[in-house]
Amino acid sequence: MAVSLAASPARPRGGLQALPGGIFLAFALIPIVALLTGDTYLVSLGSRVMIFAIAAVALDLLVGYGALISFGHAAFIGLGAYAVGILSVYGITDALVSLPVALAVSAAYALLTGVVCLRTSGVYFIMITLAFGQMAFFTASSLAPFGGDDGLTIAARNTLAGFPLLRDERAFYYVVFFCLLGTYVFCRALVASRFGRVVRGAKENPVRMATIGFDVYRFQLATYVIAGALAGLSGFLLANATEFVSPAYMSWQRSGELIVMVLLGGLGSLDGAIVGAAAYLLTEEWLSGFTEHWKVIFGPVLVLVVLFARGGLIGLARDLVRRFTRG
Amino acid sequence: MSTTLLAVQILNGLQLGVLLFLVAAGLTLVFGVMDFINLAHGAQYMLGAYLAVAFYALTGSFLSALVLALAAALAFGLVLEFAVFRHLYDRDHLDHVIATFGIILFLNHGVKLVWGAAPLSLPMPELFSGSVRLAEGLVYPVWRLVIIAAGLAIAALLYVLVAHTRIGMLVRAGATNAVMVSALGVNIRRLFMIVFGFGAMLAGFAGIMIAPILSVEPGMGDNILILAFVVIVIGGIGSIRGAFLAALLIGLVDTLGRSFSVDILRLVMGPSPARTVGPAIASMLIYLLMAVVLYVRPTGLFPAKGR
Repeated sequence: MAVSLAASPARPRGGLQALPGGIFLAFALIPIVALLTGDTYLVSLGSRVMIFAIAAVALDLLVGYGALISFGHAAFIGLGAYAVGILSVYGITDALVSLPVALAVSAAYALLTGVVCLRTSGVYFIMITLAFGQMAFFTASSLAPFGGDDGLTIAARNTLAGFPLLRDERAFYYVVFFCLLGTYVFCRALVASRFGRVVRGAKENPVRMATIGFDVYRFQLATYVIAGALAGLSGFLLANATEFVSPAYMSWQRSGELIVMVLLGGLGSLDGAIVGAAAYLLTEEWLSGFTEHWKVIFGPVLVLVVLFARGGLIGLARDLVRRFTRG
Repeated sequence: MSTTLLAVQILNGLQLGVLLFLVAAGLTLVFGVMDFINLAHGAQYMLGAYLAVAFYALTGSFLSALVLALAAALAFGLVLEFAVFRHLYDRDHLDHVIATFGIILFLNHGVKLVWGAAPLSLPMPELFSGSVRLAEGLVYPVWRLVIIAAGLAIAALLYVLVAHTRIGMLVRAGATNAVMVSALGVNIRRLFMIVFGFGAMLAGFAGIMIAPILSVEPGMGDNILILAFVVIVIGGIGSIRGAFLAALLIGLVDTLGRSFSVDILRLVMGPSPARTVGPAIASMLIYLLMAVVLYVRPTGLFPAKGR
């Protein structure tokens, strides 16, 4: 087995084997760079990128590996965030409670809605996930005791077993870092496992997988719940990062942005989701420095990416590497 | 909950319903015939309203603003089709979603750049600006009745076009099996372009008609887009008849739900929790309806044949 692996000419990442290592090394070094340059904003921007990268990796699990295009993924982020916010209203501010609650709530919503959504497929799946996302959005908007439309300000970040660990910007950064690393390693192991191969098989041909004897529905439902819970983790971190939750976290535009992140980076590679989240948020940061109407520029860029850069940024990089190594 | 109020709300529901139908008809045709998800359809509705405001400022007449805005909406739709969409027909749905999402971002912020972020308004034509007494104690704005009548007329026109003309036959055939239609020697590209342009014009028309009673603002198309998607999914994608019935159903359920949810809930709970829960349930109602319909019939109520 080891021999065949070593001799295998197939390079699944097409010359980009070092990419995940590079990504995480770069993230690990950001606070040090910030310390040297004195640019503390870099740290909070980095946290934000990694928080959305967690949700994007989870979405890639659905879209890239399962062909389940969820247009309601932001709802799970919102649920995780609201778990933190609502618990803090009742004076429960320890992550040992709020994190499990955030994960459980978003996983439960994924289970309940997934049972219905996964009966449909194709465009109907896109639309019904959108519908459930909108339901969560309107529910949050009408929660008058918890801020309603205006959202809810959280008094302070969660403590961890009583220690105010998350309140230091740099410590928080590394907590987010390890959450992203954990998510990535977990998803990488998942897609490589037997479970992951069934899900990928169902993406290619669900009928054939069912004929072989797999209950495709169950595997997809499990994937949907896992992706929901991971988005809940992202929501937990987001609420702590901004010390604020609002229904806008669940808007369908946010779900659209998450899909854009995954596609921008490159589908079905997990690395692409992280690259895409970083590319999207940094482009937003960069363009909005020039003009508040930055989306007028960004919209056509998206169209061009779809038309000409199939496979996203990762695909583009792969083509470049191939061209150089051949030439 | 008097009968007058009920009658007014039913009329409001019908008005929302025909408006949704105008938007959903183009969406369901484009999806049914070309298998193309056009999220930018709501932005075309918004653009129709903005164009009408702009042409009204130029000409000072509602009618010429209507005609010019319709022509411009059609032209814009055809340009979009030519420049972007036709390169995406044979891609998968995800590419459609992203590209048209990009167009929404562009248009929503583009109109902000051109006309500013503040809401604009379009004056109602003088002739239809009053209210009319329909029955004892039932006074209703004429313009809303005009919208209902125009919507129903267009529904009838669409029925004749789709069911009794050659181009309609090709559209129906295309919705069932586009490849076969193409193999029989029909210029499918031209058919697609006609359907797309027509759909864009209908969305623009809806935007123009609603402009006098709603404020014209960036992002006004987003909510109607989501509602229109709910309509075509409930109705069955590609089916005009399904879109019509589902649009009326959604219009009525949404309007009546918002008006009476608090009253109905007060029958089973105290007034204070009813006031909190009522609006939440009202805004979720149509999505619940959609979830139930899709659970029972995963391809909608009236799926186009052959799908």
